[in-house]
Amino acid sequence: MDTKLREPESKIIVGTKDNWEMVIGLEVHAQVVSNAKLFSSSSTTFGTSPNSNVDFVDAAMPGMLPVLNEFCVEQAIKTGLGLKAEINTYSVFDRKNYFYPDLPQGYQISQLYHPLVGEGEVFIELEPGVVRRVRIEHIHLEQDAGKSLHDIHPSFSYVDLNRTGIALMEIVSHPDLRSPEEAAAYILKLRQIMRYLGTCDGNMQNGNLRADVNVSVRPQGSDELYTRCEIKNMNSTRFIQQAIDFEANRQVGIWEDGGTVLQETRLYDPGTGKTRSMRSKEEAHDYRYFPCPDLLPLEIEPEWIERIRDNIPELPDELKDRLIRQYGVSNYDADVLVSEKENAEFFEQVVINRNGKLAANWVINELFGSLNKEGLTIKESPISPEQLGSILDLIENGEISGKIAKNLFEIIWSEGGDPLKIVDERQMRQVSDTGSIESIIREVLAENPSQVEKYKKNPKLAGFFVGQVMKKTAGKANPKLVNEILEKILAEI
Amino acid sequence: MGLSALTISEASTLLDKGEITSVELSQACLNEIEAARELNAFSWFDPDLVMEQAKSADKLLSNGNTSSLCGIPIGIKDLFCVRGSPTQAASKILEGFRPEYESTVTQKLKDAGSVFMGKLNMDEFAMGSSTEHTVYNPVISPWRSKGSEKPLTAGGSSGGSAAAVAADLCLGALGTDTGGSIRQPAAFAGVVGLKPTYGRCSRWGIVAFASSLDQAGPFARSVEDIALLLEVIAGYDPKDSTSYKGEVPKYSNYLTGDVRGKKIGIPKEYRLDGMPGEIEEIWEEGKIILKDAGATIVDISLPHTEFALPTYYVIAPAEASSNLARYDGVRYGYRAALDSNTNIVDMYKRTRGEGFGAEVKRRVMIGTYVLSQGFYEAYYLRAQKIRTLIKKDFEDVFNDGVDAILTPTTPSPAFALGEISDDDPIKMYLNDVFTVTVNLAGLPGISVPARLDSKGLPLGLQLIGRPWEEGDLMNLAQSIESNVQFNHKPQRWW
Repeated sequence: MDTKLREPESKIIVGTKDNWEMVIGLEVHAQVVSNAKLFSSSSTTFGTSPNSNVDFVDAAMPGMLPVLNEFCVEQAIKTGLGLKAEINTYSVFDRKNYFYPDLPQGYQISQLYHPLVGEGEVFIELEPGVVRRVRIEHIHLEQDAGKSLHDIHPSFSYVDLNRTGIALMEIVSHPDLRSPEEAAAYILKLRQIMRYLGTCDGNMQNGNLRADVNVSVRPQGSDELYTRCEIKNMNSTRFIQQAIDFEANRQVGIWEDGGTVLQETRLYDPGTGKTRSMRSKEEAHDYRYFPCPDLLPLEIEPEWIERIRDNIPELPDELKDRLIRQYGVSNYDADVLVSEKENAEFFEQVVINRNGKLAANWVINELFGSLNKEGLTIKESPISPEQLGSILDLIENGEISGKIAKNLFEIIWSEGGDPLKIVDERQMRQVSDTGSIESIIREVLAENPSQVEKYKKNPKLAGFFVGQVMKKTAGKANPKLVNEILEKILAEI
Repeated sequence: MGLSALTISEASTLLDKGEITSVELSQACLNEIEAARELNAFSWFDPDLVMEQAKSADKLLSNGNTSSLCGIPIGIKDLFCVRGSPTQAASKILEGFRPEYESTVTQKLKDAGSVFMGKLNMDEFAMGSSTEHTVYNPVISPWRSKGSEKPLTAGGSSGGSAAAVAADLCLGALGTDTGGSIRQPAAFAGVVGLKPTYGRCSRWGIVAFASSLDQAGPFARSVEDIALLLEVIAGYDPKDSTSYKGEVPKYSNYLTGDVRGKKIGIPKEYRLDGMPGEIEEIWEEGKIILKDAGATIVDISLPHTEFALPTYYVIAPAEASSNLARYDGVRYGYRAALDSNTNIVDMYKRTRGEGFGAEVKRRVMIGTYVLSQGFYEAYYLRAQKIRTLIKKDFEDVFNDGVDAILTPTTPSPAFALGEISDDDPIKMYLNDVFTVTVNLAGLPGISVPARLDSKGLPLGLQLIGRPWEEGDLMNLAQSIESNVQFNHKPQRWW
């Protein structure tokens, strides 16, 4: 990114005594796209009946051993490379020990002391030219837990182990974010990058992208880090913003009242819009981390990393820069186009040998607009890039007007077909023959003598004749030619 | 002498020639097991299942199966998951558990056509040196001190395996060795026991005690039989990430009897104050035997030996505390009887409180403590560093050209049941003083019977080898075996 860009303003809470700055860091849990779990061969398919994707390893039967799924490692490395991070050629899996019924082993296999991915960075653009650099502290691989179900039976709890052991990447940021909007933009940017990489689906509703949000506040201008609170397990960017706002204001209140914010884990309740304490630092689990003796340290060949690097696709930041440079599209349009990889791909198929701005305009306004209206994805678009391209060519060549083009778009959207043929069959081409336009103009003038008289007194009324000509030609007369010829004839009168 | 007293190699020859059948052999063992119920060596067996397997083995043999284990009755320590058979690790917490899967090593035995005789008693979760800490009754050694009827320990934790082989209840047995649990009972019971190099045998399907130390291994009545068993159970297993990818050699080919030029190290740190004179004597005899056979005897030093026991008793409980967390009453095994408004924490407390025995609880607590925040560096991390030093002690010695190390297996002969278990647990832990270093360093170790002491109890010698060189190690062990001609059997009192 360009270094001339400037940083966004921090969100400031004006207190009674001080102005307070928010300091936010995120731990994002991203489910790895993989058919099998991190240490077992069970399926990761979402939405199957409870306990159908469980094998002996997932259920922690006696004597069962984890075997690392290398594809998940590859996915994490890919993610690390996508976030411009160091890949550690030596990493270790640790056990994080705690008791819970949806954690059959009694420990989660994670990476505390030697994570797979080291320092990286993400840029988030909040408005054109306003960019925050967020440093990634590390990324590690770990197992997901299962699900406890408390609402099936009045006196029993049930456990569903389908999710148990699915691979997660925990992406830990430095506390570099300064507003709720930045936090949301950061998550969406991570999601976008991982979707480009194919390493995480980023479906927040299904819980395959979740975040723990660390929030603290400090007097504006201070570079000290004040005590933070962690808001656990958030899976909506809207709630994340609400939770941060509430939490930061809560902390400001405590500091300004002369109190002390206590380090604790909190939960956000979307119903009340408030966070509440889940457990204090004193009540925090002692996870008794130690290296998992069932697994060897993970040693990665540098050649493997290079092979993965060679297969990294063009990522949104680079793609956006290129769209602007190569096709002259606006910053805003480029953002919209790169939001999903498939959108940009569609655009690039449309724009071949055509005007970039026009193509962007049509893809974004007409195509995306229609898709949104009907709840379709780009892959389900009834109009192909070739069809849209033909429509654009007809506009560029002056064969149809913008207005006719919109009609044509609608016809092809609902009926399909070759735009060129349809234009011919339905006689939609513009009339660009000067002779016939001239005779139509003369007809109009002859039919409207009183308007001609009015015109003579007030030349601003020429528009009336243009309207009449368009009416007579069902909008197909080339408006540019109509204006030119009309001007010439009127001058003769 | 009954059929059940044959060695595996003798029985295999007779089976191959058709002079006996597996049905006869297995029945002979079943009769002995029935007659020896007082020993509590077997925790479970099913005569019908035994006979079914023996019949199929006879069919294989008549079709020309030449596996040396085909039709051979083998007992399995209760730590191994055997499909469809009770597998409890001698713990109440696994009450009623019958796995739907088969451990890799027992599967290999079955594939070779051997007959699974039943499950062998042990210390709960392999934690102990006397097979007294068991949900079943304690194993009573077939051996007794001259003129005494006091029940003695068969050692532990694989006490059932050692007793069964010593009392001719089966021809061979599987055990596991985390800190000496094969070699110490083998020494006490006058049989041969081998702990292979860590990673040589798959741990898949073996109830875990301390994952970085656990290793399965065989018990038998001769070194040759040990070689035949190891050939079958060893080998890489993709389901165990710590298993060794190297080839498994044909171990019986190593048993040439030629040990000329081998360099045998005698570690000075293994000479303990107050060690019984007879232990010193067998050590001396072992040296002389190997020297007479053409080996060179050298004094060596393993300077970190004194830290081995405390290191072991930090690392093993740490891993155990985590490995045993899965026994929570949620999915299988024992769950405390609870009323409906009990919360989950109470369920854990009561289930684990009632399901685990005292020694297991002690180790889970030690392990939890040494991994806790603020203690991790001082205990666990420091223990890992010492473990590295202990490993390096051995590497240095092997780099100096030493081929194997000779020590006594135990610092004393078998003790009486209750004698130590009722006392300070540290005293029980001291039993492992000569064996734990081998586990910490991941090396192979074998115990061979040396002779009987003045009270008529077996004493064993331990040989420690280079990693993956079990073949050479067994050859040295056989050299001692053929020299001492340990033909003693326990006087039958049961």
